[in-house]
Amino acid sequence: MSGTKNHDFHILPTDPMPLITTIGALTFTSGMVLMMHDMKGGHFVPWLGLAILLGGLFQWFTNIVKEAHAGDHTPVVQLHQRYGMILFIASEVMFFLGWFWAFFDFSLFPSKISEVVGGQWPPKELEAVLNAFDLPLLNTLILLCSGCTVTWAHHALIHGDRKSLKTGLWLTILLGLLFSAIQAFEYAHAPFAFGKNTYGSAFYMATGFHGFHVIIGTIMLIVCLKRAYNGDFTPKQHFGFEAAAWYWHFVDVVWLFLFCAIYVWGNWGFVVE
Amino acid sequence: MAHDLAKDHADGHDHAHDHDHKPAFFARWFMSTNHKDIGTLYLIFAIIAGIVGGGISGIMRLELAEPGIQYLGWWANFLGESNASFDQTLHLWNVLITAHGLIMVFFMVMPAMIGGFGNWFVPLMIGAPDMAFPRMNNISFWLTVAGFCSLMMSAFVPGGTGQGAGIGWTAYAPLSTYGSQGPAVDFAIFSLHLAGAGSIMGAINFITTIFNMRAPGMTLHKMPLFVWSVLVTAFLLLLALPVLAAAITMLITDRNFHTTFFDPAGGGDPILFQHLFWFFGHPEVYIMILPGFGMISQIISTFSKKPVFGYLGMAYAMVAIGVVGFVVWAHHMYTTGLSVNTKMYFTLATMVIAVPTGIKIFSWIATMWGGSLSFKSPMVWAIGFIFLFTVGGVTGVVLANGGIDDNLQDTYYVVAHFHYVLSLGAVTSMFAGFYYWFPKMSGRMHSEFLSYVHFAIFFVGVNLIFFPMHFLGLQGMPRRYPDPGPFFQHFNEMATLGYKITMVSVLIFFVNIIYAFVAGKKAEANPWGEGADTLEWTLSSPPPFHQFETLPIIEDAAHH
Repeated sequence: MSGTKNHDFHILPTDPMPLITTIGALTFTSGMVLMMHDMKGGHFVPWLGLAILLGGLFQWFTNIVKEAHAGDHTPVVQLHQRYGMILFIASEVMFFLGWFWAFFDFSLFPSKISEVVGGQWPPKELEAVLNAFDLPLLNTLILLCSGCTVTWAHHALIHGDRKSLKTGLWLTILLGLLFSAIQAFEYAHAPFAFGKNTYGSAFYMATGFHGFHVIIGTIMLIVCLKRAYNGDFTPKQHFGFEAAAWYWHFVDVVWLFLFCAIYVWGNWGFVVE
Repeated sequence: MAHDLAKDHADGHDHAHDHDHKPAFFARWFMSTNHKDIGTLYLIFAIIAGIVGGGISGIMRLELAEPGIQYLGWWANFLGESNASFDQTLHLWNVLITAHGLIMVFFMVMPAMIGGFGNWFVPLMIGAPDMAFPRMNNISFWLTVAGFCSLMMSAFVPGGTGQGAGIGWTAYAPLSTYGSQGPAVDFAIFSLHLAGAGSIMGAINFITTIFNMRAPGMTLHKMPLFVWSVLVTAFLLLLALPVLAAAITMLITDRNFHTTFFDPAGGGDPILFQHLFWFFGHPEVYIMILPGFGMISQIISTFSKKPVFGYLGMAYAMVAIGVVGFVVWAHHMYTTGLSVNTKMYFTLATMVIAVPTGIKIFSWIATMWGGSLSFKSPMVWAIGFIFLFTVGGVTGVVLANGGIDDNLQDTYYVVAHFHYVLSLGAVTSMFAGFYYWFPKMSGRMHSEFLSYVHFAIFFVGVNLIFFPMHFLGLQGMPRRYPDPGPFFQHFNEMATLGYKITMVSVLIFFVNIIYAFVAGKKAEANPWGEGADTLEWTLSSPPPFHQFETLPIIEDAAHH
């Protein structure tokens, strides 16, 4: 009566990775507190925590890939993974909603009591803002292009064209890295500081979290590229790739909203650099 | 389940598909991928957190019983201040109310309802062998524990005026930003990040499980109402928690990296924090009560030997509560200077929620009507729930009025209201669910007699605590004050007496659990009779380590 599994669901053996990853996460957040308050251990505890956290996650995802090769990912398990990824992206959308909420609160109702803001948006104190139609527009085109190349790679994968899969992924990763590099350049040369006023706060935190997500998406694509070279992914089963591609499109769409709202609409009519 | 582990090892059998091996102790409880074990871990954790959070209530109730400051100074010194000053003593009060709120919400009710009962019974009730993501299920639990550890750490480092985070569970800026320098508040905020990440992953897990792992033939409209309640709850968690994550990340950067999200000097807006917080916070209160609704539906149906009256109405009432719950948040902010039109909208929208809630109360009573009632312990608790929750619901309708709330905001009337829906609503439903499912989970019967005594004393105790608080609130006693003054002494004494009575009942609860494990009768697969017609009762008590290895087939017209 026991011991024979007559279903396609994935029953897992015990696994230490969740506990290890959690220890990493708690060490990381606690270390961040030490660091932010210049307390003892603040210089290494966060890094230790981050190392445990990332190590745990790396091992975890490696196990998932192994399980895929072992044939544990039956069609219904793949369906689970699709649901999981879509729901994760939905929660990420709500996370960005919080940052957009802050931005629109500040830009639609600029503070009249703050001398720094002076009842106008962008705030009175700012000398200049970034020109939306300069590098930000270029970055928009770069991300849109990368959305095309990742779709190209996807179609190549489905049609068994491994060479184009790799080329498409290479291009997407390079475009992603280029985007991040241009963002870093923009941050370094922006005519306004991080924080100090609502403009700097909303701008850097919203675009910064987006940039962080671009980096995560790029890492996912790099993993996919490595797996493509290893001979992973078949035209019928390639969830790892799909997840990375979905995530990449999500990051792309968030950027479009950031670009339209913060760079174009928010900066409209103000002195540009 | 007659599976001989020792023999299996001796034979060196290697069943490729043998999953009924129970792992060794450490692996089983620290690396678990089994939904029932993880559910048990959640329940144990919730009980421990409940003892801590309930103990804190005790300190507060004793202090409030008499005018003046009696015990706080002693507690401040006990917790590590040396010769606590008056300000440090009062700061401890803020720390206590903060810890009580956060612990009860994030580390007691949510882990017990969703993590505990949800994990145990969603897969069993839909005929699934486990959750969709068993490993992620485990990290959800450990992240909750990590969050609790982070919150506990905050008590022992400076948080502004004294030790610990004294920011209220709502963490309003500017008290939580430049009002409370020191690492304690950062520890408390990160505690919410950790627990929140765990809850989001749990939500993803539940939604995926419920949509994809129902046994053949179990359509959404045949799903037990408890599963419906967890489904709606999981959606609320998934969509509300990330907004809180954004808001408290803004707190972190305002505190440490010179952003001005909530600092008016830089154009920031403290009210923005309240909007973001309550956009999460209001769905959060439904997160805490919806699984309770689900459990009460199962119990009332079981002990009335009838399907729930208006099954579809009950399911979609929960969906309606969930949806409307997202557009009523500013009724927590009536006194922040909202325009009259805004207050009118939020008053109306809030009152709309009374409609689906009324549908549920009505349908529970209609289920009992003409039923073959048996007043077993879970049923007694469920009926108690209906009364207590209705009281909390009715005061909710009072407070929904923007005009009335102008007077009652931050008084004990509000405290009475939300404790009637939570500690008398959610907690009562948890005890109901506990007595309903304890035989299934443990394989032992609890004492019905002790359960009745537990209920009777608890019912008297909690009403004695919280009913006088309505009067205190109407007389103007403010929340979050350690010394309300002699004018309020009478009702505060009553409430403190109620607390002591409630603690006696909790003691009886623990005696009951110990009794069950030591001397309780072995539980049958279905101790509740033919009314209990959901799938978990088709399994042994306790169920096999891996159940439903051959999926059950659901026939038409079964299992509501």
